Amino acid sequence: MTAGYTADEMMAVTAARALSDGMTCFVGIGLPSEAANLAKATHAPGLVLIYESGTIGAKPGALPLSIGDGILAETADTVVSVPEIFNYWLQPGRIDVGFLGAAQIDKFANINTTVIGQDYADPKVRLPGAGGAPEIAASCRQVVVVVRQSLRAFVERVDFVTSVGFGDGPGCRERLGLTGAGPRKIITDLGVLEPDPLTFELTLTGVCPGVSVLDVQAVTGWDLSVSASLRELPPPAAAELAALRALRAATPVTEGAM
Amino acid sequence: MAEIVSLAEAVESAIHDGDTVAMEGFTHLIPHAAGHEVIRQRRRDLTLVRMTPDVIYDQMIGAGCARKLVFSWGGNPGVGSLHRFRDAVQHSWPCPLELEEHSHAGMANRYVAGASGLPFAVLRGYSGTSLVLHTPNIAEIACPFTGETLTAVAALRPDVTVIHAQRADRAGNVQFWGITGVQKEAVLAARRSVVTVEEIVDVLDPRPGAVVLPSWTVGYVALVPGGAHPSYALGYSSRDNDFYVAWDPISRDRGRFSQWLDEHVFRADEGQPDPALSGGGGAR
Repeated sequence: MTAGYTADEMMAVTAARALSDGMTCFVGIGLPSEAANLAKATHAPGLVLIYESGTIGAKPGALPLSIGDGILAETADTVVSVPEIFNYWLQPGRIDVGFLGAAQIDKFANINTTVIGQDYADPKVRLPGAGGAPEIAASCRQVVVVVRQSLRAFVERVDFVTSVGFGDGPGCRERLGLTGAGPRKIITDLGVLEPDPLTFELTLTGVCPGVSVLDVQAVTGWDLSVSASLRELPPPAAAELAALRALRAATPVTEGAM
Repeated sequence: MAEIVSLAEAVESAIHDGDTVAMEGFTHLIPHAAGHEVIRQRRRDLTLVRMTPDVIYDQMIGAGCARKLVFSWGGNPGVGSLHRFRDAVQHSWPCPLELEEHSHAGMANRYVAGASGLPFAVLRGYSGTSLVLHTPNIAEIACPFTGETLTAVAALRPDVTVIHAQRADRAGNVQFWGITGVQKEAVLAARRSVVTVEEIVDVLDPRPGAVVLPSWTVGYVALVPGGAHPSYALGYSSRDNDFYVAWDPISRDRGRFSQWLDEHVFRADEGQPDPALSGGGGAR
């Protein structure tokens, strides 16, 4: 690529920048874990990484393949049981940001990781399911989603609501008693979407260098609105790219994974 | 008091056709060898319960042991989908698989209720999700003190829970550490239990963060070094990440899967993990 970095690297760097030093972050595996570890290796050394396996304050140094790799337990400040991580740590709203992936996401940022197709009993594609995501999306103070943009992933209405974003629009989270603020940023390989403050519909607020609004709209399954303050996202700095590539190089398995 | 027996004897005594069986271990300490023994003994019509039915249940589902799966996340961690699980759900191969689907928080609390001798547990969860439309063991409940609407989940009471631990002593007291998951709750919630261990020692010296299950809470203990492979036992083995990646193409194809099962499960002796699969093992 002429830019000297790939779209996936741009996405990881943008996602990492969404995290500030000193935050507590509940990390999903895959793209979110990569971005969270990149943030910790660069501008946010004090970022507290929390994995659903019960590892609080993990400092893996390489990307774990699973949420329960030994390196997470060995480097954690403390390791707690699975009931405890959900009941004592996540549920009361102690955690600043939940970092999630998605198979499908809709215009109100509801996430589907369960089934593709309208018939739950006879799905077109059976996906892994909920895991920790529903309660991460409900209870973290805010949520950031990292997902590659495509027509398959960005749909008008998800086939199955695994994790609630803004439900059917304004007032829905309050009605459901969800304590966190919900998704604040959806970071993709093309740009950034954020909920409109009034309608809660996801709106394009940032595009990656070299990406046009039309490029993004062409792979979004609803009529994507564009924010009046749309900006071009700053490209990765050399130090960020170096740190990301070092993380990937230190990771034991990459071939065939993801 | 726990009886120390062979793995084959433990499975034969504790697990019967039609049982509800929970095999727990959250990425760490997954009782794979016990899963293989259940396949070898050709158990059928099991209701398999597990938060993360990863490769261990993919194998058991593909082998035809399961009638129903109760779970919260069914993937190959870090790799992708479980193809035997998918084939069972989408094409009923080798037999139909009924699903009962939860979130991790819900499953964890269901075990807590089971261990506590309560009929249900309460949490803030599931609100607004489609899970509530498909899973009967989830219900709204009003807080009797504040009136707040919360979620109740029914207790899990497995007939048998199976776990893998680092060590036991000769009296059958069990000790495990590192990521301890939901195993303590799963054992205490169950009517019977089987624990495979890396090592049987004279004295269980204390370990930071260790969970100890006293002998009188455990049914059977079996010595199975490397019994968590391709998962791991902290202090004894490392996670065999290559195996998880290699499982993807094996599990995609019914024929290749059946051949794998013949070579690595049916023809392998209990307690003697196939060398082709063994990730080294031994204390370090």
